[in-house]
Amino acid sequence: MRPLTSRRVLWICAALLGVLFLAVVIALRMGAYPISVGDIVMTLVNGAIGRRERIPSEFWLVVFGLRLPRIALGILVGAALSTAGAGFQALLRNPLADPYVLGVSSGAALGAILSLVAAPHTPGAIQAAAFAGALATIAAVYFLGRRGGQIDSATLLLAGIVTASFLSAVIMFLMTTLSGRDLRGMAFWLMGDLASPPAVDLRWLYFLLIVGVGSMYTTASDLNLILTGEQEARHLGVNVSRVKMVVYVAASVLTGLAVSVSGAIGYVGLLVPHLMRMMFGSDYRLLIPASAIGGAILIVIADTLARTVVAPTELPVGAMTALAGAPVFIYLMRRRVR
Amino acid sequence: MSALAGSGAPLVQPVTSISKPAGARLIVEQASYAYSATDRSAPKFTLGPASFEAHPRELVAILGPNASGKSTLLTLLAGLHRPLSGRIEVDGTEVSLLDLRTRAQRIALVQQESELLFPLRVWEYVLQGRYPYGRRLRFESAEDCLLAGNALAQVGADKLRDRWMDQLSGGEKQRVILARSLAQQPSLLLLDEPTQHLDIGGKVELLRRLRRLADESRYTVLVVTHELNLAAEFSDRIVLLHKGKCLRVGTPAEVYERGLLEEVFEAPLEVEMRAGGRPRVILRGNY
Repeated sequence: MRPLTSRRVLWICAALLGVLFLAVVIALRMGAYPISVGDIVMTLVNGAIGRRERIPSEFWLVVFGLRLPRIALGILVGAALSTAGAGFQALLRNPLADPYVLGVSSGAALGAILSLVAAPHTPGAIQAAAFAGALATIAAVYFLGRRGGQIDSATLLLAGIVTASFLSAVIMFLMTTLSGRDLRGMAFWLMGDLASPPAVDLRWLYFLLIVGVGSMYTTASDLNLILTGEQEARHLGVNVSRVKMVVYVAASVLTGLAVSVSGAIGYVGLLVPHLMRMMFGSDYRLLIPASAIGGAILIVIADTLARTVVAPTELPVGAMTALAGAPVFIYLMRRRVR
Repeated sequence: MSALAGSGAPLVQPVTSISKPAGARLIVEQASYAYSATDRSAPKFTLGPASFEAHPRELVAILGPNASGKSTLLTLLAGLHRPLSGRIEVDGTEVSLLDLRTRAQRIALVQQESELLFPLRVWEYVLQGRYPYGRRLRFESAEDCLLAGNALAQVGADKLRDRWMDQLSGGEKQRVILARSLAQQPSLLLLDEPTQHLDIGGKVELLRRLRRLADESRYTVLVVTHELNLAAEFSDRIVLLHKGKCLRVGTPAEVYERGLLEEVFEAPLEVEMRAGGRPRVILRGNY
C-alpha cells in the first residue's frame, strides 16, 4: 500500500516539465533557419534576464519573433485539450471521451466562426463564443447520449460522433457561403493549426488556462470516486452534482480556449490522459497536472513534425495528432469491446 | 507498483488497536416514501409507513419479494432520500439532515458495485473509504493506510491488497467492497443484497462475517436479502416488506409464519422450528 503523496506529484510534474523544456529546445532548433542549441540557450537566457542587446537580431527574430510564440500557443492548446479530455472522461464515465470525438471542439469552432461573422473586432468575443459553443454541444451530447435516464457509453459516443459530423457540415457550409470574409481557412477549423497567431494577448489566454485547470484540480479527489460509480461516490460524501458542474464548465472553458486559437485539433484529449494513466496510474490528483504538461509536450512535438516533415510545406498539426490518435482510439475501443 | 507487494504488511495492526465507533441506534418511525418518473406524474412506487428500530450489536434483515420496497427503504435509511412523512434517526439525528460527509462518517451503504472505468488496486479502492475524513485534495495519511489495512484484515482480505479489482472473484470483490465501507468507520452498516452473486459457501461466509462485525465490533448492521434461511439463522430481527408495506417486524420466530410467508412470496412453504428457536423455511409438496 503506497498512496499517492504530494511529493510524488511534484516530482513527476517536475520531470515532465524537464521533458517539455527539452521538447521546446528541439522545436526552437528545427526550421528553415539553422540555429544551434547553444545559441538557443544563450538567446533564451539573455531574453529571460532582459539583456536583449546581447542577442543577435536574427536570433531574436527566429526565437522570440517566430518560433517561441507558436510553441507557447502549442503548450496552451495541448494543456487545455488534454485536461479537458481527462475531465470529460470522468464526467461522462467514458474512457473514449475527448473534446474532438464528442463534437465539443466542432461546437466551439462553430461558435468561434459565428462570432467572427457577427462581431469580428470585439476582443475576447471569439473565446466567449467558442466557450458557449462547447458548453451547448456537450449539453446536447449528454442528453442525446442517455438511454432510459442513464448515460449509455455506446449511445453517448454515437451521439458525439453524429454531432461532430453535423457541426462540421455546418462549418463547411458557412465557410463556403462566407468565403469572402476573413474567417481563416476551413482546414484551420476542421483540423486545427497553430500557424496563425491569435489576435488576443497570450497572457490572458494563459490566465484562463490556469483558472480552468486549477478549478478542475479542486475536484480531483472527488473525480477519483466518481470514476468508481456515481452512486458510490454519493454514499462516500461526494457532492456529485457540484463536482459535475465544475468539471463541465471547466472542460468547456478549456476546449473553447484551445479551439478559439488553434481550431479543432483532434485526439489530444484522448491520447494524453491515457498515456499518463499507463505511466502514472489513474489518480486524478496526479493525472490532471500530468495530462496538462503531457498535452503540452505532445503538441510541441506534433507541431514541430507538422512544420518540418514535408518542409517547406506545412501540415496542419491536427493531421499529425489524428495520425497518432485514431489508431489509439481504435485500440482502446477494441480492448473495451473485448 | 507490483514491486511494492507486501511492503505495507507491517501497517496492519491488531484490529483492537483502533478506536472504533460504537454502533448506532437507528429509529424508523412511520417513515414513508413515494417516487414518480416526473414531478407531475402519479407515483410509480409508494412505500407505506414503516416503523422499527435497530441497536448496536444487532443484525437486522430486510426481507420481501422483488419490488416490495427493500432497496427504497435502504436508500431512505442511508439518507439519500428524505421520507415523505415520519422520521429516520441515527443516534438522535435526522439522517436526511446530516451533511454529506458527516453522513458518510456514520452510515456506509454497500450496493452492487458499478463497473470500474479504469483499473484500480484493491488497496486504492479500500482507501477511498477514508474520503469523508479528508479535506478537499488531501493526500492519504499513515493513519488512513492503517485503517484501510485493518478494514481489509477484518474481512480476511489482506492478501488481496495488491491485486487488481477486476481480477477478483465475486466473493473476493464482495469482501473488498465491504472493507471499503469499514474503512469509512461507520456505526451503521447497510447492505443491499450483498449475497446476490455468491455461491452458497460465499453467502454463509458473508453472513457469518456480518454477524461477527455486529457481535465483536459493535456495528449496527442492516442487510437486504432474499435468503430466508440465512436471515433466520444470523439475524436478530426481521423486517418483512410486501408491495411497499411493512407487514411485520420481529424476531425470525415471530415473523416466519407459514401463512404469512406463503402469501408474501406466493409459494407453497413449510416453516420448521429448529433447536435454539431459529426457524427454517422449506418448499412444500411436489412442484
